Amino acid sequence: MAEELLIHIRKEYPGRRIVFQARLPVTRGWTVLFGPSGSGKTTILRCIAGLERPDQGILRFNGETWFDSDRGLFTPPQKRRLGYFTQEVALFPHRTVAENIGYHLPGLSATEKKQRVDEMISLFNLDALRHRKSPNLSGGEKQRVALARTLARRPRLLLLDEPLSALDQPTRIQLRKELRDLIAPFNIPVLIVTHDRTESLTLGDRMIVLDEGRTLQDGTLAEVFSKPESRRVAQIVGMENVFPGILTGIHDGLAHIEAGGQSLTAVAEQCKPGPVMVGIRAEDITLLTGGSPETSARNRLHGRVANVSHEESLVRVTVDCGFQVDALITREALVAMNIAPGADAGLAVKATAIHLFPHR
Amino acid sequence: MNWAPLLLSLKLAAVVTALLYVIGVPLAGWLSLSRRRWKFLVEAVVALPIVLPPTVLGYYILVAISPQSYVGSLYLKTFGRALPFSFEGLVLASTLYSLPFAVQPFLSSFESVDLRQSEAAWVLGASRVKTFFTVVLPASLPGLVTGGVLSFAHTIGEFGVVLLVGGNIPGSTRVVSISIYDHVQALEYAEAGRTSLILLLFSFVILAVVYAVNRKVWAVWPKNC
Repeated sequence: MAEELLIHIRKEYPGRRIVFQARLPVTRGWTVLFGPSGSGKTTILRCIAGLERPDQGILRFNGETWFDSDRGLFTPPQKRRLGYFTQEVALFPHRTVAENIGYHLPGLSATEKKQRVDEMISLFNLDALRHRKSPNLSGGEKQRVALARTLARRPRLLLLDEPLSALDQPTRIQLRKELRDLIAPFNIPVLIVTHDRTESLTLGDRMIVLDEGRTLQDGTLAEVFSKPESRRVAQIVGMENVFPGILTGIHDGLAHIEAGGQSLTAVAEQCKPGPVMVGIRAEDITLLTGGSPETSARNRLHGRVANVSHEESLVRVTVDCGFQVDALITREALVAMNIAPGADAGLAVKATAIHLFPHR
Repeated sequence: MNWAPLLLSLKLAAVVTALLYVIGVPLAGWLSLSRRRWKFLVEAVVALPIVLPPTVLGYYILVAISPQSYVGSLYLKTFGRALPFSFEGLVLASTLYSLPFAVQPFLSSFESVDLRQSEAAWVLGASRVKTFFTVVLPASLPGLVTGGVLSFAHTIGEFGVVLLVGGNIPGSTRVVSISIYDHVQALEYAEAGRTSLILLLFSFVILAVVYAVNRKVWAVWPKNC
């Protein structure tokens, strides 16, 4: 029995077709379905949840068939035992927080049910809200209650559809930090739909990029961001250089990062020492050759030109400096600086152009 | 003042309203959940009493329950009495006649419940029936009250169907609307006026209750309850 979620579905709407294929390990890990709106992310999630029926294909979870168009099989959402969590939280308004969490826990005795609800309430820090009804909760509180309700019945797979987008900025940042820790004890695979780059970089392990109903790329976060397989992927993810690093310390509002044997300085925004993902846009990198003049850019990297590729009016220069970094320069600059594969090159990046994403 | 017709009307309306909850809630629930293509046919049949003249509806019901018909003869055999011109016959006719006044408010309130709440319940593992009773029904209370009150009031006020199916038998089928008609026919205008006034006040109170219940912002009640 394969320990995986096998998805191979097709769903058509007038003027629109969604085709999606993926195999996801179901032991653990966060997979991000990333794409612009209209790319079919939500439909895919709803098909997996059983709230929509694909026109054709197969859905199999751990050898359990949830959908098979050839054999006419369809497992209703009730029988899939998964968690589905959306941005527009649908709490039952006439029930209290505790009643929402304990809404449907089949197979548990009354005592076990109460224990389970108590456990979820303390885990999600909802003691003070226990007897409140949902219209009296703030957006962030509703989100936590809904998550507790979803996880109370111990789903085997968690689907998150833009879980944070309905929240105001401070609450979103707070919950984004907590989300992985809140879900970690349940040790379940998570499939998260988002169009938010920061959310993907903070929460994801693996990333599937979708556009117009098709999968464009499927890989680890660093792979997808740093080595987009097409211009469209690069456009969608919007940041060519993403690599892991360690934030070693913060002084005077500046963060010091070690990555691939090089040191970097960035503006410290909501980051603490520890593992981070470092992101730099290719157009924010200045290429230097020979005796580099002093610049205001705080980051100097040295490496060797690995590749040069022409893109319309610009040239993409890939430099290997312990990790690969892409820089976008003009054709004139390429000729004037005599840049070719194998040449030594320096890179300058301003501290403000380095984006940090806390990553566990 | 003869109170018997008014009391009979109230009894009829109470029985019919109770029956309409029993029939109307599942019917409206089915209409809101079903994805059958022919659902519109059921909706049209339910709405027929709104457009048909009461005499037409009354005529068909009378034919359908006469001892010559299958239903009528079955009833006669089982209970030893005929349905036309009986209280039971009136109940049956009034239930059909008031059906849309119960089903339509029920249906529109069920359909106005956020589908995402039902979907959340389904994914949590709750069956469609449990979801209907625990999520949809509690959120539809104003619609349920409206449907009940409207059916009750509509049954009190009906005339044509009652006359055709029930006739004018004191204590059994002589409801308040028919007694008013009788008084007018007998030129007893004072009596007709008194009964009419009572019916007018009653109807006003009923409608005021419906509008009050359905009012979204109600300053006297605490918000967010």
